[in-house]
Amino acid sequence: MAILRNDLVRLALFALVVLTMPVWLAPIGAAYPDLMQKIAIYGIFAIGFNILFGMTGYLSFGHAAFLGVGSYAAVWSFKLLTMSVIPAVLFAVVVAGLFAAVIGFVSLRRSGIYFSILTLAFAQMSYNLAYSVLTPITNGETGLQLALDDPRYLDAAFATAGPGIPPPNLFGEQLAGLSGFFFCAVLLILCFYLAMRIDRSPFGMMLKAIKSNQTRMAYTGFNTRPYTLAAFIISGMYAGLAGGLLAATDPLAGAERMQWTASGEVVLMTILGGVGTLVGPVVGAGVIKYFENIFSAFHEAKLHEAFSFLPDGLENLLVTATAPFVGEGWHLTLGVVFMLIVIFLPGGLMEGVRRIRGAFTRRPAGQEERGRLAPAE
Amino acid sequence: MDQFVLQLLNGLDKGAAYALIALGLTLVFGTLGVVNFAHGALFMIGAFCAVVFSRLLQLETVTVDPEKLTPWGSPMEIRTPLVQAWLGDFGAFLVEWSVPLSILFAIPVMLLIGIAMERGLIRFFYRRTHAEQILVTFGLAIVLQEIVKANFGANPIPVATPPALSGSADVGSWIGLGSIYYPWWRLIYLGFALVVVGMVVSFLRFTTYGMVVRAGMEDRQTVGFLGIDIQRRFTVVFAIAAVVAGVAGVMYTPIVPPNYNIGMDFLVLSFVVVVVGGMGSVSGAVLAGFLLGILQSFAAMNEIKNIIPGIDQVIIYLVAVVVLLTMPRGLLGRRGVMER
Repeated sequence: MAILRNDLVRLALFALVVLTMPVWLAPIGAAYPDLMQKIAIYGIFAIGFNILFGMTGYLSFGHAAFLGVGSYAAVWSFKLLTMSVIPAVLFAVVVAGLFAAVIGFVSLRRSGIYFSILTLAFAQMSYNLAYSVLTPITNGETGLQLALDDPRYLDAAFATAGPGIPPPNLFGEQLAGLSGFFFCAVLLILCFYLAMRIDRSPFGMMLKAIKSNQTRMAYTGFNTRPYTLAAFIISGMYAGLAGGLLAATDPLAGAERMQWTASGEVVLMTILGGVGTLVGPVVGAGVIKYFENIFSAFHEAKLHEAFSFLPDGLENLLVTATAPFVGEGWHLTLGVVFMLIVIFLPGGLMEGVRRIRGAFTRRPAGQEERGRLAPAE
Repeated sequence: MDQFVLQLLNGLDKGAAYALIALGLTLVFGTLGVVNFAHGALFMIGAFCAVVFSRLLQLETVTVDPEKLTPWGSPMEIRTPLVQAWLGDFGAFLVEWSVPLSILFAIPVMLLIGIAMERGLIRFFYRRTHAEQILVTFGLAIVLQEIVKANFGANPIPVATPPALSGSADVGSWIGLGSIYYPWWRLIYLGFALVVVGMVVSFLRFTTYGMVVRAGMEDRQTVGFLGIDIQRRFTVVFAIAAVVAGVAGVMYTPIVPPNYNIGMDFLVLSFVVVVVGGMGSVSGAVLAGFLLGILQSFAAMNEIKNIIPGIDQVIIYLVAVVVLLTMPRGLLGRRGVMER
């Protein structure tokens, strides 16, 4: 296990697992590009959220605002500049970063639950405005979409327009199906690497110290504000990148991406996977998106099929027992799983893994808590 | 002027709903120190108590009368609610007034749910972080919502206002202005909210039980040393908060037909209300509830929207941001509660 401590090995393992997703997700029926793309994109979102929540200890309840802003920025880049995804994604990251700088500057004056409410308030404001007054920019309820008569100045300057709306592309390569997934996956790996570097850097150490005891940090003479603001902006840029990728794989941006339920979703992902761990948020994002897509597609006939190896009476019993949890009711499963995790496994799935590993290596689980910080009392 | 009075009434009405939900939230926070994201779900359950009650009353017998024919030529079906069949006019009265009567049904239900929730889940989270409390109650809210959705469907279910109260009152003539019409039921909702708030506040202020609860909010340990089982009283307070949210939901059903999601819509706003009023402060929550309700309905006036477009969409959050940045404890927050 010692070799796992090496960051490069970890990164390589992570990259291997992510890039081979089409292979190992196939047996559980999740190897279609659309779902894997979502997993990768929300993985990026959750990694970024974890930098703020997991490392710095600030629970933002309005993170979806940056996702939405990133999406809008990317679609505008498609409309005005070019259908290439590189400028779109860059533009999304920059705009989301600026937006995060403004909101973070104000919200970070307070901490704890007040910070959560402030971020929530800003996100709800953006959401409401996107629906009402900002309609010229956001196209309101319809959502911002591409149109035939978009100027696309850069594209127009270099090439003659073909028929129809061109799809987003990467150096001429169309981003659809698997190539879209691999584009997102590569970015996910880059983001993971960046998060890992942040985690191991003095800057990351500072963030963890702020989470652990901000008052003590202030007493030792550190001004914590620049650090928290930097963490907030970085995390907002991650969210912007995720939003940009959402738009790049499906060029349509709607305001519902900014609603507070969307912010809640990323909190769920991070907690489910494991707060403060590097891989955890990605795992959480994967599990939730998998559940969302697979469980919601289940219905009674499929359940009968799945339990058909059992005797009839037992089969019917099991089907009636599980039917409320799938299809329309998959949110119920999500809620139950989520409560169980928070109650019994506050460290998320990663803590579960750690406990299992601890049981096998016959060491108390506490010793494995390397790098995790508890508040000093 | 007419517009002004109308918007004031609208605002008071909205504020009444905010205040009732925020009241429970802030009580739970002040006593147990728990941030309860499932409070909106309690409101929703209350609303569905009204739905269930009116459905129970409307269980009916269908008899086919071969003598009479419908205009389409098929035998006429005669539907009589069972209550009416058994109790005659009194039964008809029950059916008409099902919404106010379902308060009597909702109170014991909400008490039970509140106690079960506190004993079954919340008490294990006293010492966990606020983030974890938010998360577990959020999960609970999802579960409760989905259960309701599975049983009642996702569409809003209309519940009838008692026919005697379905009209509008001429509020203008009461105060010597021109005719300003306002729905009776909304006026009743406002009055009801004031009565409930008054009852809860006087319970806390003027009874010995309430005094002990307030003492426990100030210094739980000392009250415990005096040999008082403060935990039990806090559980009772949680149940009261659940009842308040529940009856607020019951009375709201004629105004907005409830669906499984109605609690969540209120939850976010009432959280903002609680924080603006000051976490743990009862009077703060009520004040902030009415204040934000009134501000919101005035911001929705065309005269104001023409000056600042979009203000009606953001006013509540804007006020929240300003209050939080200038008054660290909220409007009436107590010293020492969540100060940082």
